[in-house]
Amino acid sequence: MTVASDSAGTPRASGKTRDALRSAAIHGVLALATAFALYPVLWVLATALSGDVLPAGRVVPLPQDATLEHFAAVLGAGDGVFFVQLANSLLIAATTSIVAVLIAAPAAYAISRLEFVGKSASLRSLLATQMFPGVAAAIPLYFLLNAMHLLDTRFGLVLVYGSTVVPFAIFQLRSAFDAIPIELEEAAMVDGASRSEAFYLVVLPAARPALAVTTLFAFMTAWNEFILAATFLSDESRLTLPVVLQRYVGEHSANWNAFAAGAILVSIPVMALFFRLQRHLVGGLNAGGVKG
Amino acid sequence: MTWFARWRWAALVLLGVTFLLSFWKPDDSQRLVLWHAYDEGEAAALRQVLDRFEAREGVVVHDVRLPFGVLASRLESAVRTGNGPDLFIDAHERMERYVAGAVVQPFDPSSALNDALDELESAHVDALSRAGAVYGAPLSAKALALYVNRTLAPDVPANATLDERLRAGFPEGVWPLITEAENAYYAAPFFHAFGARLFDPALVFEDARVFEEAGVSERTGGYEAASEAGAAALQRIATYFREGLLPPEPSGALVGQLFGSGQAAYAISGPWLAPQLPDDLAYDVLPLPALDGAGVLQPYVTLEAVFRAARSSHPASTDLAAFLVGEESALLRAREGRQVVSHRRAWDSLADEPQLLAFRRAAAGGIVMPSHRRMSQVFEPTTRAIREVVRGGGSPEDALDSAQARFLRSVEALPEARDPAPALVVVGLLLLLVMVQIARRMRDATFRTTLAASRPAYRYVALAGVAVLLLVIGPLVVGAFMSLFATDGVSFRYVGLTHYASILSADGLSLFANGSFWRVLLITLVWTALNLVLHVAIGVALALALHRPGLKFRALYRVLLIVPWAVPNYVTALSWKGMFHSQYGAVNALIEAAGGESIQWFSRFATAFSANVTTNVWLGFPFMMVVALGALSSVPKELYDAAKVDGATPWQRFRYVAWPMLWPTMIPAIALGAVWTFNMFNVVFLVSGGEPGGSTEILVSEAYRWAFTRGARYGYAAAYAVLIFGVLWLSTRSQVVRKALQ
Repeated sequence: MTVASDSAGTPRASGKTRDALRSAAIHGVLALATAFALYPVLWVLATALSGDVLPAGRVVPLPQDATLEHFAAVLGAGDGVFFVQLANSLLIAATTSIVAVLIAAPAAYAISRLEFVGKSASLRSLLATQMFPGVAAAIPLYFLLNAMHLLDTRFGLVLVYGSTVVPFAIFQLRSAFDAIPIELEEAAMVDGASRSEAFYLVVLPAARPALAVTTLFAFMTAWNEFILAATFLSDESRLTLPVVLQRYVGEHSANWNAFAAGAILVSIPVMALFFRLQRHLVGGLNAGGVKG
Repeated sequence: MTWFARWRWAALVLLGVTFLLSFWKPDDSQRLVLWHAYDEGEAAALRQVLDRFEAREGVVVHDVRLPFGVLASRLESAVRTGNGPDLFIDAHERMERYVAGAVVQPFDPSSALNDALDELESAHVDALSRAGAVYGAPLSAKALALYVNRTLAPDVPANATLDERLRAGFPEGVWPLITEAENAYYAAPFFHAFGARLFDPALVFEDARVFEEAGVSERTGGYEAASEAGAAALQRIATYFREGLLPPEPSGALVGQLFGSGQAAYAISGPWLAPQLPDDLAYDVLPLPALDGAGVLQPYVTLEAVFRAARSSHPASTDLAAFLVGEESALLRAREGRQVVSHRRAWDSLADEPQLLAFRRAAAGGIVMPSHRRMSQVFEPTTRAIREVVRGGGSPEDALDSAQARFLRSVEALPEARDPAPALVVVGLLLLLVMVQIARRMRDATFRTTLAASRPAYRYVALAGVAVLLLVIGPLVVGAFMSLFATDGVSFRYVGLTHYASILSADGLSLFANGSFWRVLLITLVWTALNLVLHVAIGVALALALHRPGLKFRALYRVLLIVPWAVPNYVTALSWKGMFHSQYGAVNALIEAAGGESIQWFSRFATAFSANVTTNVWLGFPFMMVVALGALSSVPKELYDAAKVDGATPWQRFRYVAWPMLWPTMIPAIALGAVWTFNMFNVVFLVSGGEPGGSTEILVSEAYRWAFTRGARYGYAAAYAVLIFGVLWLSTRSQVVRKALQ
């Protein structure tokens, strides 16, 4: 209250200085938060760039005997098999995210707009799937994929990843659909469109930001997953990058420099996607951002 | 339309490509498959050996290099389903587990292999045979040795004890010794020097009667570290740390770092350290010396061997095993893969490899690690006991006694089998009840109308329903059913609700004893609440800052603040662990620069827990920030302006204008965030690893330990998973989560 009365009585000039001060404070906070966000990652980068040792120094993450050899080693491993594995990861993550969204979008729409028997039960079981520690399913899934002859195939992994992401995708998309004014489809349906036309032609395009973000999430899940990939895949030319990365850490010894270099390489596509989608990211993660 | 059409096309094409790629497999019926978890150098040498074998025999050998951590469990499920390799390479100490689990089969007694085995170290061959059957053909031995920096270590007589060497005086800033002495494997030579054993398979006495007849006064289950000699060994290790002969919290990375950069005069490590050292470092390798007032430090010797997987029928597998252990291969593996090979005659031509010879002498002076199945249960409790003494200053006797208790608990006989009939009757009755219920509802006319009206909706839901049921819910339910069975990776029996009873009653210990379910649950709840509050507070605060109209560099801040989310968390969690190192970590460096006292982060619960929370807050705030940013963009600007005109303070504008609109849209994200944090395994496992003494463990990491580091008790771990689910499910009864579901 005192602040409020102050501001009412102060002349314009000092209001401006205070605005400038506040702006400086905000930049200070943001710069500090950015430093906090980047600091551990800079250590990873410094490790990746150091020679056969860890970075020197304790406060400033600077590489020691700076070299790009670890990046070269990771990229050149096994006569270019790295690029095959990169392609695997990209293919699996891209297919997973698109499959997941394709499966989840109609379901989310039905949950958002239609009434049906078992709706609340299915919503609750979807939430339940998120509560079970995922590792518990690894062994049953192994036997299931074996029965389907899909072990050590990228397709099998896509099926598993795709389904794993569906519950989360349904939650995301459903709240996005909830926020789209129902009048939009009603107008289309009055004009003679069927419900599925209204869904595909009106609702889905309106939910683009949410679709983009859900795709990004699904992509990241598949991109970073390690345990199932290491359980189901064995052929060198079918492995995904997290599995390859994990092999730099052995029983007794670990090549931390190469591990860090690999980690940086693995992060680049995700960073690029984040950068590309960041406009959507802000609007798409929840209902509010999607304006009708 | 065009947009969606393009999107659908892309999806179809991608799916098609993935599908086709799946079925494009080279014809592999004729090839021999070999699994291993070698590091890069050894793997490259192995490939050269295999190339020669292929050229000679005309058999294609496919070698599969797996991450070390998954090899054993992979083998168990793969061999059982007929997807296993023909041969695999692993350490000999897992042999008994593989034999008991029918993962391996003995080699055919062929003359080629017998001739080859005759040329190997006989102790190595014996360790891999049982009752005349050869299960593994030894390739190489690994044991700890003493690395000596020639410039830093003073001249001492060759028979100088370790204590004499370490107290000789060193330049400022040089540690006398670096080794992972807090780890039971690295501490074992100290126990051996004092005449103690960590584990003695001859004293296991699984049958209580045999145990009484043998007249052993105290039941140890084979765990022999908890003795006077063991306590003396542990005391010596603690003294080294206290006197500053060793840096605190040594890790594998630190060993390479300090010895490699000339900041440590001696290192105790295995052959794996050598490839990590810079080329220009002048050092020698010696067998481990003796200790003052005790015997020689005897390391454990691990034998790498090639095993024949059960169900393999490839005719050439025995030939390949014979070739792998043979002289030609041994020389390649020694020179290129730096292995201490088991082939005796190969060493005649390796006289120009002083380092390898030193490792060979080190292995010859060691104790071959017992391959008893209980051996793998020795390390976790012993390591914990060493840390309790070194970091927490506890008494060695008490620490080793509780290590023994933990060991006994992890090797406990499986609960007795129960009759599944009552459970089957209950399940049958429940099913019947459900069917009756369904039938009754189906006869209800109004229900039938609603069901008919639901039909259009089902068209939308069907695909997702099938996918989730088949590939998510199905496997999870099967996983949950495993909690009714007891298994230690070998035997398998129905035990009903025994696991639940034992977990919920904390196995008869006090309900809030360290490691009991209830205590871990409490920690997990505090962990979740603390993390969520910080995630939301920081996320919302940053979102508000970013939301300020006319802010410069907004896009830049936004991208940089999302970085913690984009980098895989198993990498950044390890980075944080390094930053919390008491001597070399950045966090303590910053505290010291600010004039504070450095902290031993992982020696007390409060600080170790804070380290975990800091890491997880760092990982999780970007998500909440993005959610809050989205929510803020939906707060009409006019509302803000109106509040400003009315003279509301920034806090009031936040509290009464922004927050009421933020909160509802953030609820789903908060609910999911809560579930994710509750099960955030990576951070706890990688940062504190449960330290000190398992007190910072959360439910999911405790379940993991039962499944993977405490004797493959999958059923027990599954019961934990079901209980985790139960706790979370109960929490959905709360108002907040209900709102999210509506």
